[in-house]
Amino acid sequence: MTEAVDRSSKSRRRFLQGVVGGVAAGALAGDAIAQTSKGTENVPPNIPEWMKTPGDPAGSQPYGTPSEYEKNVVRHLPQNAPQYISAASRTPLQDLDGIITPNGLFYERHHGGIPNIDPAQHRLVLHGLVDTPLIFTMEDIRRFPSQSRIHFIECSGNPVYTKPYGKTASDLVGLVSCAEWTGVSLKLVLQEAGLQPEAKWVVAEGADAAAMTRSIPIEKCLDDAMLVYSQNGERLRPQQGYPLRILLPGFEGNMNVKWLRRLKVTAEPVYSREETSKYTDLMTDGVAREFTFYMEAKSIITRPSGGQRLGAPGFHEITGIAWSGHGKIKRVDVSVDGGKSWQEAQLQEPILTRALTRFRFPWHWDGKPVVIQSRATDETDYVQPTLAELISVRGENSFYHNNAIWPWRIASNGEITNAQA
Amino acid sequence: MRKPDLRPAALALLVAACTLQAQAQERYGIGRAATPAEIAAWNIDVGGNDGANLPPGSGTVEHGKTVFAEQCASCHGDKGQGGTGDRLVGGQGTLASPKPVKTVGSYWPYAPTLFDYIRRAMPMNAPQSLSDADVYAVSAYVLHLNGLLPADATLDAKSLSAIKMPNREMFVGDPRPDVKMPACTKDC
Repeated sequence: MTEAVDRSSKSRRRFLQGVVGGVAAGALAGDAIAQTSKGTENVPPNIPEWMKTPGDPAGSQPYGTPSEYEKNVVRHLPQNAPQYISAASRTPLQDLDGIITPNGLFYERHHGGIPNIDPAQHRLVLHGLVDTPLIFTMEDIRRFPSQSRIHFIECSGNPVYTKPYGKTASDLVGLVSCAEWTGVSLKLVLQEAGLQPEAKWVVAEGADAAAMTRSIPIEKCLDDAMLVYSQNGERLRPQQGYPLRILLPGFEGNMNVKWLRRLKVTAEPVYSREETSKYTDLMTDGVAREFTFYMEAKSIITRPSGGQRLGAPGFHEITGIAWSGHGKIKRVDVSVDGGKSWQEAQLQEPILTRALTRFRFPWHWDGKPVVIQSRATDETDYVQPTLAELISVRGENSFYHNNAIWPWRIASNGEITNAQA
Repeated sequence: MRKPDLRPAALALLVAACTLQAQAQERYGIGRAATPAEIAAWNIDVGGNDGANLPPGSGTVEHGKTVFAEQCASCHGDKGQGGTGDRLVGGQGTLASPKPVKTVGSYWPYAPTLFDYIRRAMPMNAPQSLSDADVYAVSAYVLHLNGLLPADATLDAKSLSAIKMPNREMFVGDPRPDVKMPACTKDC
């Protein structure tokens, strides 16, 4: 960590001469890094203090937490919400690497708060157009053949189309996260009850104070939908639906009903409040799109990104994440000239369907003002559009499913801001 | 809802699809049969478009005004004008304007959804605490505030299902991908 922060503009000359300076700031100084930098007493030629006495014993933290120097890497909670029972907090995308979101940083969106559910008292009822209505305990659910898959979940309104636009990657599109999920194929559970021929939809209901209700087309339920009880190897966090949620890879987050207590198989959607008055996309002519399930291809540069600062010209890796509800990411292009030209970025393996994909692009900054941005293409050859293109078709009132390219402006002093703001 | 006369045809389709058939035969014997009483107690969904599964009972606009003042006004405003909770009233004619106001009256396509949502999720600090009669009443009051019920109206399953919301015909399916751009790489 100290190596990474040893490159302030003041120390740059010394750094380039091969003398690692002790002045702390950062080639890429996010708030978290800047605040953890202290003196020089532990850098060469001195012996670090933490080598001179033993550290904490094994087991001093029965459940491990990040280093105290990472305490600023937390979910971002917008400060302007009218209340926080139905609200969201955002993943700090700009502080993360790879494609897996740590469980404690997974974005959260609740409509009736986070219920505290005793798994021994949790039940899933499966009824409606089935041969045998069933009731399951959590032990029952875990007896089914299990599977683990890596998928993103993204809130439908990430971000909205209207200003003010977020200053950081998290403010802007922090309502997306990705995890390895373990559970049972929903198809197996539905077959256990026996689907009747008229079955066309499954209405999922949560055991939260919103009794969140969404209708899911049967095709998705028989395809890659899962009932999930674990996330990144451990049981779901309460914020993610402990003890059971439904996972609909590539579908808008709201449909991935948490704290799942009931599945009702029906011939028609239920037209719940969340799929009529909310999560419908209003066009400029007053027509609204309903049942807009898929999250389309999208990408964002997470480093360097808004709120960070380039400490000096020279080499900087541009990296970010791309994802598509329609499958795998096929390609990501990066522009470092305000969108005039684009070059293909490297995609980091694994490239998984309906999962975050990490991209990288080596770059030398010449110290001049510049606008950088990324553009994803998925395996259906769908290309991520610009915000202007999206708005030209949908207007600014559709609220949901904004998957626009998002450019960052880098000033000559290295400060990075949202180029759309 | 079931149409037994259609089942032989559907069964034939299933048999034809032998992979489906093989999967359908695989049962694990997990879980137990849910009793009708268990299902009935949790099965609170109301069909938004047809009012299916609306409970017996009724409520008046007048009683709804009282319930609203006690249970709803602190968040939604005494006339449904909004506060920490959504605005519920007005906005008709604004949806195609630069500043659309989406309310029960201006935007919601189906009236029974109002009953369903209030019963399952409202008031936010005590969901599922209102009686069905109170839910009918407060639904009636919100519809009245939007000019969709007269002041002396009584609402029950039949009358709630019969209300045609002003914006019902304005919803369409998902036309995406609706924005198609070529992947320009030079001189963009």
